[in-house]
Amino acid sequence: MTAVETAQPERRTLTGALGTFTSRHAAVLPTIAAVAILIVLLVGAQMYFGNFLTARNMSALLLDNAYLMVLAVGMTFVIVTAGIDLSVGSVMAFTGIFGASLLASGVPLVIALPAMLVSGAAIGLLIGVLVQYFNVQPFIASLAGLFLGRGLAFVVSLSSIRVEDPALLWLQSTRFRLGDWYITPTGIIAIVAVVIGALVMHFTRFGRTVYAVGGSAQSARLMGLNVARTTVMVYVISGLCGGLAGLVLTAYSGAGYPRNGIGTELDVIAVVVIGGTLLTGGRGYVLGSMIGVFVYGTIKTIISFMGAEQSWTHIIVGGLLLLFIVVQRAIVARSERGS
Amino acid sequence: MLADTDVPPVVEMRGITIRFPGVLALDHVDFFLRPGEVHSLMGENGAGKSTLIKALTGVYQIDSGTIAVDGQARRFETTADAQRAGISTVYQEVNLCSNLSVGENVMLGHEPRGRFGIDWNGVHREAERHLTSLGLELDTRSMLSSHSIAIQQLVAIARAMVLDCSVLILDEPTSSLDRGEVEQLFSVIRDLRDKGVAILFVSHFLEQVYEISDRITVLRNGQLVGEHLIDDLPRDALVTEMIGRELGDLAALSKNADREIDRTGTPVLRASGVSRRGVLQASDIDVYDGEVVGIAGLLGSGRTELVRMLYGADRADAGTIEVDGREARMHAPRHAIGHKIAFSSENRREEGVVADLTVAENMILGLQAQRGWLKPVPKAERDAIVAEYMDALGVRPADPTLPVGNLSGGNQQKVLLARWLATAPELLILDEPTRGIDVGAKADIQRKVAELSEQGLSVIFISSELEEVLRIAQRVVVMRDRGQIGTLDSSDVDIDALIDYIANSEEGSVTR
Repeated sequence: MTAVETAQPERRTLTGALGTFTSRHAAVLPTIAAVAILIVLLVGAQMYFGNFLTARNMSALLLDNAYLMVLAVGMTFVIVTAGIDLSVGSVMAFTGIFGASLLASGVPLVIALPAMLVSGAAIGLLIGVLVQYFNVQPFIASLAGLFLGRGLAFVVSLSSIRVEDPALLWLQSTRFRLGDWYITPTGIIAIVAVVIGALVMHFTRFGRTVYAVGGSAQSARLMGLNVARTTVMVYVISGLCGGLAGLVLTAYSGAGYPRNGIGTELDVIAVVVIGGTLLTGGRGYVLGSMIGVFVYGTIKTIISFMGAEQSWTHIIVGGLLLLFIVVQRAIVARSERGS
Repeated sequence: MLADTDVPPVVEMRGITIRFPGVLALDHVDFFLRPGEVHSLMGENGAGKSTLIKALTGVYQIDSGTIAVDGQARRFETTADAQRAGISTVYQEVNLCSNLSVGENVMLGHEPRGRFGIDWNGVHREAERHLTSLGLELDTRSMLSSHSIAIQQLVAIARAMVLDCSVLILDEPTSSLDRGEVEQLFSVIRDLRDKGVAILFVSHFLEQVYEISDRITVLRNGQLVGEHLIDDLPRDALVTEMIGRELGDLAALSKNADREIDRTGTPVLRASGVSRRGVLQASDIDVYDGEVVGIAGLLGSGRTELVRMLYGADRADAGTIEVDGREARMHAPRHAIGHKIAFSSENRREEGVVADLTVAENMILGLQAQRGWLKPVPKAERDAIVAEYMDALGVRPADPTLPVGNLSGGNQQKVLLARWLATAPELLILDEPTRGIDVGAKADIQRKVAELSEQGLSVIFISSELEEVLRIAQRVVVMRDRGQIGTLDSSDVDIDALIDYIANSEEGSVTR
């Protein structure tokens, strides 16, 4: 039998190489755009302020946004399956105040920590089951999760609870230094979450099924993949990340507070999308979401350097988000025309 | 090509019955699939082909009957169960993930794993091996979406090979392929058959069925009509088995077909060489004042595609359309509406009636759209129109305030017909107006169409029921395999001649 696909003869031209690249890696383009924007922001800020790209400043970027990064890892899983999880901000608040109250009543961290993670994962499980088995729109199911989490946070305490537990405070106060660079254990937690998330997405069958479900749940089912388990699992992972973010944020602020993270779910969705994950599912990277967090954090820092209102952060992030959604739409439209 | 009845079947389905609310989708159907054969499953829309396939692949649960694979009784609850039993399916719309690479699509769920999770080099090596065994040379790291549908079909087959299947089901795999791509697919199918894989093939294209199959099983209305070796079943016998004969009071209706049509002037509509790559081959049709032109052909023959292009719902790549002798642009339905052409879709529920609106509102919808939304139809005029058509078409129950969704299919069809008639069109295109409706409503609709055409309305009438077409249309455009194969005077042919023409005629030649 003759070869069916008439493979284009290998020509070492720029357009040929570009063609091969786009036919293989079209999905990476939005993330590359995010990296480009990050570089432009950093370089631009350095040229404008002169003292922006400092080790101190860059280290703080990770430290200040560690909780956001943890949430973004979970959200990436959910959005790649074409879902959405609006509950993460209030799950973070609930697990944070829950953990803080446990610690305040003398429970050691080794018990409080798993309790926080499990309670976050439990809310995720609830959302996942609603989405998968009761056929509820992810938007609605996770909205229920949002209210549930916020309500539970207020049940635990109406006001903030200070954390005195030395182990938890250690997570924030310890600084591993390298020259002027430093990283706290909370920063390490965020980085580890990103690395594990990226590995799971790329190197496990579960991770690949997440992409398949996002590409087409119907196809994935007909291909014999376990769609139901995967769908539930991504929400559990997102809830788990919510619990972990609750820990990170409580350590960061030294207290649990039931009003934490109001609107954070939208920031998380924004950074994930800016990082190159398609809201319609099937494409995206955990590492891209990390870039998205850095873009977001950099914008925030620039605005505080300028001494402007922080509300400008939201305006700029909103504009970027719009830009990215249009860019993604254009890329998707192009690949649809190509097929 | 063994096709030997003595070979024990790899799949034995006996007495399969599946009931949906209000419908008996499959009624005690037996089906056997033997290794090393290509077995075609034939039947018109609603005959139960897809249902039978879905029973075999674990998508639907059977209500009664038994399925045995390799002599072992099985019960498939999910697609994964069927795949484990060695049954793989390639569907019409490629069910792969276009957001992933070719190699990943082949291996998804079966990726070779090393110590650190998925071994990506191994994935692409394995995928390449399976693709090469089908004679495909592809960059396995390229995205699936960067390849044509034909290649994607072959990738789906390669995936089936990974599962080590002994049964491969191909459900309408060729419906979006062109001639050369079909050849590629067929050479892969033959190759697999010679390796002993049992292949279940479903296609609406008779030519292809006769080219590739060793055996044919025919279903009609959820029942088994017969199983034949391909050589024992001439095409006309197959078409007859698929369509069946329709008797009863319809046949008593007077023949509108015999009315003389004056074809000396300019036609109301003339389309020549209308085509679109991969969808429709060059087809001609012309309709004169007061004429009913039927379009006959099996499902998938290009009937709907042709009229959708006439109406501007889809765009043609080539060909010209003339209205009243002047060339017309048909790029959107509003162009057609501007030329007083109305189109009633075969898809009654999705593209036709608005179930939650009342009968009266549904009837007035077309007229309102024509006038523009800023000029409401005066209430008196509206009531008059509704009353007129309720009566003329015999809509039952005769209450214009009921939601259309509560009416039977036949009465919904009457409401649709009224909607288009209210716009006073010069040409009415009816796509399968009588499908799935009871005989009484069918007769009402046919009578109304005949009456209107006598008064000067031109009609294009599509139906799967050939007797109906021959009864109502003066001329019949015959289509097969996505193209027109001829135009016949219906007074010159009877149903057997038409069946024979659909089944056997050489493309392009007009034998009467």
